[in-house]
Amino acid sequence: MKAPSFAYSKPQSLAEAFELATHPGAKILAGGQSLIPSLNMRLSAPEVLVDITGIGSLRGISVEQGVVRIGALTTHAQIERSPEIARHAPLLAQAVAHIAHPAIRNRGTLGGSIALADPAAEYPACLVALGATIVVAGKDGERLVPAEDFFKGLFEVDLRPGELVVAAEFHALLKEERSVFLELARRHGDYAIIGLAAHRGAETRFVYLGAGATPVFARRASEARTLDAAISVLHEDIDPPADLYNSSATKLHLAKVLLTRAWNTLTTSH
Amino acid sequence: MEHTNDITLTVNGTPVSRRVAPRQHLVDFLRDELGLTGSHIGCEHGVCGACTVRVNGEIVRGCLMLAVQANGCTVDTIEGLSDSKELAALQKSFHERNALQCGFCTPGMLMAAQDLVNRKTKASREEIRAHISGNYCRCTGYQAIVDAIDEVLNGQG
Repeated sequence: MKAPSFAYSKPQSLAEAFELATHPGAKILAGGQSLIPSLNMRLSAPEVLVDITGIGSLRGISVEQGVVRIGALTTHAQIERSPEIARHAPLLAQAVAHIAHPAIRNRGTLGGSIALADPAAEYPACLVALGATIVVAGKDGERLVPAEDFFKGLFEVDLRPGELVVAAEFHALLKEERSVFLELARRHGDYAIIGLAAHRGAETRFVYLGAGATPVFARRASEARTLDAAISVLHEDIDPPADLYNSSATKLHLAKVLLTRAWNTLTTSH
Repeated sequence: MEHTNDITLTVNGTPVSRRVAPRQHLVDFLRDELGLTGSHIGCEHGVCGACTVRVNGEIVRGCLMLAVQANGCTVDTIEGLSDSKELAALQKSFHERNALQCGFCTPGMLMAAQDLVNRKTKASREEIRAHISGNYCRCTGYQAIVDAIDEVLNGQG
């Protein structure tokens, strides 16, 4: 189908974007790989699209003093090809291969994925697992929101009217840390049936995607001392909703399969 | 009244200026305004890959990009890459290996396959399958398509 009619503006600065974004009928357009399908299917009917891709300060990956910062407009393809990400954030490097297909990865952005917060999306779960901070900004200035507080509900995030996601920040992988990303999908690049972002540093975090309305941090399993113990408490942490093809019980079973694989990877010395 | 914006872009090497409605997709613009009907429209929500075109050297979905977003960009379509002979090896290989039946997916498939050929000197069949995973073919079952790309990349199939 064709998108409904709307106006289009392309601000060149953040200040200009904040002004335009406060308009009640405004919608932010970044890579557009989720927004444009929703327009095509008439699930969304904004009055004006505010295309933020002209704002250069929202792009790029930097690693300074042990902190990785990824600008909101950084595309999946840029993350996929980044040597810094491969070295300092292998969790994201592994996750990005599961995001759709090359032609979509060339346009879709980190910030778009975070701001939309699809429950089957890869980055939100990774950022919660890494204990990342989401940098948001608006007319009144910048706010730093821990990733686990940012994702509040189904497609619901801690963004106030007129605010944008500016970047995500987290600490670079330390020598003794391990992380692994696993996902099961019916076809390559399709939506996840269930996925797991696992990180073992000072603490261990198993965070599921496709297992609830938001990324689900399996706290009890993460605190378990043995794999058997983790498996036996996982049902207390997650209660995955059924999808068209898989029952809740199947998804819980698959979550345990991924937990086993992740556990074995994290505990294998390199 | 419908909103409009003026855009200037380069399509297959030729500068183009038009006034467009922001709601118009890039692939509709290419087909309806410029008559470049080689890029096909399948699902119109980013699933099938039939509308794959190249923008600033990178493959994108023509149905998931607005024409107005292509302002200032360089766009290449199946017509441009055919004329320049960039696709010649893949086209020959697709032909010889019967890698198409109805042909609807073929322009998008060639655009995606050429992207892999440009990026890699060698690729496993698994990598080829992953790279074209966003391009649906409802006729061939993909085997012959993978063979054809494999032949161009690795000199065999």
